[in-house]
Amino acid sequence: MQAAHAHHGHGDHAHHPTGIMRWITTTNHKDIGTLYLIFSLTMFFVGGLLALMLRLELFEPGMQFWRPEFFNQLTTMHGLIMVFGAIMPAFVGFANWQIPLMIGAPDMAFARMNNWSFWLLPPAAILLVASFFVPGGATAAGWTLYAPLSTQMGPGMDLAIFALHIMGASSIMGSINIVTTILNMRAPGMTLMKMPLFVWTWLITAYLLIAVMPVLAGSVTMVLTDRHFGTHFFNAAGGGDPVMFQHIFWFFGHPEVYIMILPGFGIVSQIVPTFARKPLFGYSSMVYATASIAILSFIVWAHHMFTVGMPASAQLFFMYATMLIAVPTGVKVFNWIATMWKGSMTFETPMLFACGFIFVFSMGGFTGLVLAITPVDIQLQDTYYVVAHFHYVLVAGSLFALFGGVYYWIPKWTGHMYDEFVGKLHFWTSMIFFNVTFFPMHFTGLAGLPRRVPDYNMQFADFNMISSVGALGFGLSQLLLVYVIVKCVKGGSKATDKVWEGAEGLEWTLSSPPPYHSFETPPVVK
Amino acid sequence: MISKGLRLVAALSTWLVAGAALANRYNLQEPQSIIAREIYDLHTLIMWIIVGIFVVVFGAMTYSIVMHRKSVGHKAEQFHENTTVEIIWTVIPFIILIGMAWPATKTIISMKDTSSADITIKATGYQWKWGYDYLQEGISFYSTLSTPREQIEDYEKKGTQKNEHYLVEVDNPVIVPVGKKIRIITTANDVIHAWWVPALGIKQDAIPGFVRDTWFKADKEGTYRGQCAELCGKDHGFMPIVVEVVSPDKYAAWVGEHKKKVAVAKPDPDKKWTLDELKAQGEKVYAANCVACHQANGMGLPGNFPPLSGSKVVNGPKETQIKQILAGSKGTFTPTSIMPPQSHLSDVEIAAVITYTRNNWANKVGDMVAPAEVKAARK
Repeated sequence: MQAAHAHHGHGDHAHHPTGIMRWITTTNHKDIGTLYLIFSLTMFFVGGLLALMLRLELFEPGMQFWRPEFFNQLTTMHGLIMVFGAIMPAFVGFANWQIPLMIGAPDMAFARMNNWSFWLLPPAAILLVASFFVPGGATAAGWTLYAPLSTQMGPGMDLAIFALHIMGASSIMGSINIVTTILNMRAPGMTLMKMPLFVWTWLITAYLLIAVMPVLAGSVTMVLTDRHFGTHFFNAAGGGDPVMFQHIFWFFGHPEVYIMILPGFGIVSQIVPTFARKPLFGYSSMVYATASIAILSFIVWAHHMFTVGMPASAQLFFMYATMLIAVPTGVKVFNWIATMWKGSMTFETPMLFACGFIFVFSMGGFTGLVLAITPVDIQLQDTYYVVAHFHYVLVAGSLFALFGGVYYWIPKWTGHMYDEFVGKLHFWTSMIFFNVTFFPMHFTGLAGLPRRVPDYNMQFADFNMISSVGALGFGLSQLLLVYVIVKCVKGGSKATDKVWEGAEGLEWTLSSPPPYHSFETPPVVK
Repeated sequence: MISKGLRLVAALSTWLVAGAALANRYNLQEPQSIIAREIYDLHTLIMWIIVGIFVVVFGAMTYSIVMHRKSVGHKAEQFHENTTVEIIWTVIPFIILIGMAWPATKTIISMKDTSSADITIKATGYQWKWGYDYLQEGISFYSTLSTPREQIEDYEKKGTQKNEHYLVEVDNPVIVPVGKKIRIITTANDVIHAWWVPALGIKQDAIPGFVRDTWFKADKEGTYRGQCAELCGKDHGFMPIVVEVVSPDKYAAWVGEHKKKVAVAKPDPDKKWTLDELKAQGEKVYAANCVACHQANGMGLPGNFPPLSGSKVVNGPKETQIKQILAGSKGTFTPTSIMPPQSHLSDVEIAAVITYTRNNWANKVGDMVAPAEVKAARK
């Protein structure tokens, strides 16, 4: 974003390179944040294109467009690209931009590592996308890469494994940087319990990432050695166990789910008080709830695999633990509503997305509760009901929180106000088309449509047609976001330092856009 | 008390979703076994709890959004903490959860009780069909999708006419008697599959190299349809499951007939086959077992499955080909390609399909493989 660029001309700091070299060599948290956000937006459109391609095949019964094996590649790569290419890097982009601004620091703790952790991502993305063009195409084993199916795949699987290794390394470096920055570089007077909630959620998320990314790396490395070096980790004939892959994968995978939502909770917890003009209700209970969710996330992984055939005692344990997560999650929703209660609310685009988030994320939470009940889960596991559930929490959850965050902070980042009308239009079209796409999937899932199938019986035809139309509408709506961002970066009415009437926090004490080194002298927090 | 509540809820819901046709479109399939019924009732109970929470929580949120906005002149109050409220909204959800967990626990325990079954059937997942073995009765057969390929593949976009049970119909359904406890043992030959019949409330992963079990007892005669529920590769969407529940008499008759049929169909081990006979037989075996990967034209699929037409193995010494079909192979096409072992096929079937492949498409080897050669190679 050029606006940050415009501000580096002051003082002694004019010695960094310009043009493309500025971006390649940058160690500035704002530049790197921008790179992350542009990268994730790009991958969001790549993943979205794959989604539209698979919705095209599902538009009506019969195989009209893709061979089944290519369809499986589409579902797999849509998942991998959205999770590892779009959602996760977007949150890291927010962390880079906002954490130093919100804690009163000049930059991130490890500036050079920060550069490196971003520049690992484009090669990983290239590996993923290039895997479509190797013999046999991309991996078609589902984003969960279950062995032994993943050991059957062609070389596209190896490219995906290496991409995951690289992205994992990038995430771990990013997390170490975030933890160190938060723990060491807070402004004087900002105790842990005075940190903005977005910073808290990222601190906890970063610990989760450091804990589980190596687990993912381990599981895909075992697949790699099973594929090429004759090991039998997941092959029963050699004394291995295919189910072990699922245990290891979901030990990563469930905390991963919270990695993708906790920073979203943080963003919403910043937006709601601003537009309610009222402090966040129950700050400390929000912090404890976030920490509880993170801790519980380590003991619920097997609820993804209730059908593998585990003993009743294990099913009971994982069911109870999973249900428990509803308690802290509920506390968060109640606190947001209590923050709104008796406030003085206005509904600019960030607030619309935050309210939309609370509404649709809760719907995903409700279906999560349904799925926590083991017997019901056994009926619904691997059906479209699950597809609906996780898109409600990941699209309407993570993605809407990200959208809200973009609209909330983009005036600060660029120094210009965005186009409020198009922003609101983006919200309403996204919200409506999202529900048109995913709500009918609850019905098809209940009625017995398995997920990851390229074709289906006529009884599911009308709902699938509705979903496909909704998906196209949702995809096109996202062009509005690009329009708003481009327009806002290029110009627009000048943003004030505070931007929003009810905004609280250190980032709003800086100019819009903030100076190149954010806080050169630490502010004092009372 | 809870079971009474459950029944009340169930009654309410029956009223609400009156008409099975409607219920089938928006709800779980009509339950046909005790477990499926319990799952259905649990789901209904939880849905009502959720609806209740939804109304309370979003009622409050909507009220606040309408009333507490700047545009209607509402001034913001500045309260931001209340420990009592926090405790209340932690404890109440907890109690609601216990209310949900209790009936679910009972269902889990009964789902897991696979003891004293009347009939035990082993379901084996193959890429991409199911194999069934009735362990006591000694009946074995394969069950493959019976929807014709012409109905599925519509790449010219002409809009083909589809059967009523498009993609959920098979050549050989599983036949079981009504009201008997059926234990299903699952396993797999290659990758993980899952055996799922929604109306019977049964879904169990089929894991290669391991055995899992589950059970059902059908309440009513009828045909119940399901599909493989675990992504298992290319034709995952094309390996349905059909269970036909019949009266005990009809079942007994089916068992008798099936055994007789098997006895008649059992080929004379000393039969002298001619090349043409084997080739004709092999074409059928190929269509049932090989065509999904190697394709009808023998050209395979580039990058995934090797062509047989012009293949070095098929045109080479027949011993190698027999061995490869019996034992499977790994890494012969691409470094990670896997051919699952086909040793579950009979000697005649293997001999026939090898003969067919060696004398079809561009392959003109001209020799034949006798069943006895396959038998010898098994040792």
